[in-house]
Amino acid sequence: MARKFRKIAIYGKGGIGKSTTTQNTVAGLAEMGKKVMVVGCDPKADSTRLLLGGLAQQTVLDTLREEGEDVELDCVMKAGYGGVRCVESGGPEPGVGCAGRGIITSINLLEQLGAYGDEWELDYAFYDVLGDVVCGGFAMPIRDGKAQEIYIVVSGEMMAMYAANNICKGIVKFADAGGVRLGGLICNSRKVDNERQMIEELAKKLGTQMIHFVPRDNMVQKAEINRKTVIDFDPKHPQADEYRALARKIDQNTNFVIPKPLTIEELEKLLITFGIAN
Amino acid sequence: MSAQNDIKSAQSVKDEMLSAYPTKTARKRQKQFVVNEPEQEPRQEIQANVRTLPGIITQRGCSYAGCKGVVLGPTRNILNITHGPIGCGFYSWLTRRNQTRPESETDDNFMTYCLSTDMQDENIIFGGEKKLKKAIEEAVDIFHPKAVGVFSTCPIGLIGDDVHAVSREMSEKTGANVFGFSCEGYKGVSQSAGHHIANNQLFKHVVGKGTTCPKGKFKVAMLGEYNIGGDAFALEELFTKCGITLVATFSGNSTYEQFASAHLADLVVVMCHRSINYVADMIEKKYGVPWFKVNFIGAEASAKSLRKIADYFEDAELKKKVERVIAEEMEKVKAELAVIRPRVEGKTAMLFVGGSRAHHYQELFKEMGMKVLAAGYEFAHRDDYEGRVVIPDIKVDADSRNIEELHVEPHPSEFRARKTKEQLDAMAAKGFEFRDYKGMMPEMDAGTLVIDDINHFETELIIEKYKPDIFCAGIKEKYVIQKMGMPLKQLHNYDYGGPYASFEGAINFYRDVERMLNTRVWKHIRAPWHKQEPLAAVFINETN
Repeated sequence: MARKFRKIAIYGKGGIGKSTTTQNTVAGLAEMGKKVMVVGCDPKADSTRLLLGGLAQQTVLDTLREEGEDVELDCVMKAGYGGVRCVESGGPEPGVGCAGRGIITSINLLEQLGAYGDEWELDYAFYDVLGDVVCGGFAMPIRDGKAQEIYIVVSGEMMAMYAANNICKGIVKFADAGGVRLGGLICNSRKVDNERQMIEELAKKLGTQMIHFVPRDNMVQKAEINRKTVIDFDPKHPQADEYRALARKIDQNTNFVIPKPLTIEELEKLLITFGIAN
Repeated sequence: MSAQNDIKSAQSVKDEMLSAYPTKTARKRQKQFVVNEPEQEPRQEIQANVRTLPGIITQRGCSYAGCKGVVLGPTRNILNITHGPIGCGFYSWLTRRNQTRPESETDDNFMTYCLSTDMQDENIIFGGEKKLKKAIEEAVDIFHPKAVGVFSTCPIGLIGDDVHAVSREMSEKTGANVFGFSCEGYKGVSQSAGHHIANNQLFKHVVGKGTTCPKGKFKVAMLGEYNIGGDAFALEELFTKCGITLVATFSGNSTYEQFASAHLADLVVVMCHRSINYVADMIEKKYGVPWFKVNFIGAEASAKSLRKIADYFEDAELKKKVERVIAEEMEKVKAELAVIRPRVEGKTAMLFVGGSRAHHYQELFKEMGMKVLAAGYEFAHRDDYEGRVVIPDIKVDADSRNIEELHVEPHPSEFRARKTKEQLDAMAAKGFEFRDYKGMMPEMDAGTLVIDDINHFETELIIEKYKPDIFCAGIKEKYVIQKMGMPLKQLHNYDYGGPYASFEGAINFYRDVERMLNTRVWKHIRAPWHKQEPLAAVFINETN
């Protein structure tokens, strides 16, 4: 039987905790024995820090710039925690050049270098994408069938929900052409009132599910300071189990939809009903 | 056919054309299509300088083409660097036939070169400013130019390279006057935006920097003459004969020094109104040099323009000299017309080109006794069609607002009104006009078609309906139309001919057009095998 190779993109508002959630979840998958690759699509190149135990990664674009066209996969792909293969696209300094074009170049190059090849026997590839879908380049992971599944990291804060809704609009656009589907919302709690109910309701309205509610815990930060995922840093901590649960849910997920984005009025109403009204 | 009939049939052509379009397209196109009635009150309006509709095969070019190609291209000693991937630089290399003639063999002439930063994927991602700096430095080291122009192509605007900051820095570092143009191709609706951008930067960074200019009693700067096919050479000769000193030409056969000293002229005359009227206005405001429109395409028009220049200077000697030159030249013109006119009289023409040429060249056809059936511009604005009188009424849309409008004030020390208010009033009383351009439509017959930004479908339709004897446009239209068995005269680059300006140029034009009209080649456009069955035969093997 051909193994199922799932390609997943993680989106969400800037600063919501995409990279942290992705890496902690990937650690859970790795612990389950899955073979995973993480592709960081953020010019800051910090999407694999926790898996690699620091920022030791040479980015694809830096390598391309320095080595010319003669790039070896080994130069840009490093094995991290639990054998997770880590790649960082990298990109320009803030305010210079075109980071979006960088993502496109980088993903194309990875394909050409065979990063997705059968010999790696990958179960998962995760794309950790910068902030909102600001331009075409950042939509690259969901175009042309590169990633088939998307999870949006969200919290009960208005702008995070607003961004999630916007990302859904992007998914709708590419759903027909690229076949991409929304797998669910991951609520990374900010301890907002009625957060769980509100995100569950948002998920329902979007036609999807809240796949997991990740409670807020200082352990995440503590592990992060130590350049580790929670599972790696303190495997017995309850927060580690949260990420294990999320990993399992993603692994078993069968609920894939084309989302129905909300109008601004609907979104505001949701906030009023669950947030301000209470 | 009476004018009344013309109007009716033209109206039906318009209706037929619009009926082929989807409703929304038809609604927009109909405003850019006028059946000319110059006597009508209130005066007819045409929509122009608006976006080309998607799906239409337009004649238009881009902002970069207008800036680098048209306005700056013909200047020989400003080193032009195209900042962007190689395509725009390479394909704009020597594509226009502007000629130039350095005064001595050791003078700079960069026109034959093509310089580009050749941006690669990695420069797009990480920004191209460093590469641009290096390119400027390298270019200055090799060529030692006095000035360098940096032209942005589309990707530069997208990634936000600051060509102006780089230019400032490199000016200081290299000592050359380096200035940038944000003329990304997507700016504006056509190349017209690029002209405006070029005008602004030339005015900001070059005009006014010069302190000396050629000596002469009657100093003139000529704007909007690009020396296609040697037009500027013909005009320089004509001006010299009349004793008029050309201080600067924008930008045919020109140099950086000429631009820099243009403000020292005592009169500015404008040929191509569309591409350069901005500079004329700004020179007047800042330095007090008045301007008016001239046209040296057509013998009569040339004579009229020369007389107006002579009238401006109010000098009996000059007037006499000009009259003598006109008389001398007109004799040659008349002799030529006596031969040519009978061969072409009554034939018909259509002109769809440029932002002034479709108007100017009608003069030549009129002189030949030919009739213009239809005309339109690629990239002109309403004032080029209806006259400058409409300028206050032109709606400034978002696309135009995108292009910087310079605010100009009189120069504190160098403003010098060339004519006193009393002089100007006296001239006005005699009907002398400044800042004048009447536009194309008032000078065209009733019932002629005026079509802005014509497309391929419309071109084919009007050719089918009117069957003109000659069509004037550019290279993009040339072969499509010639395959229909009809001559196409290129008015962008003159089909390797020219000059067509001045009296001498008029004669060249009569000859070239007569040849194109009367050649028998158009009867052979259908291949023989399309007219008759090919010969059929059976092969018999000889050895049997």
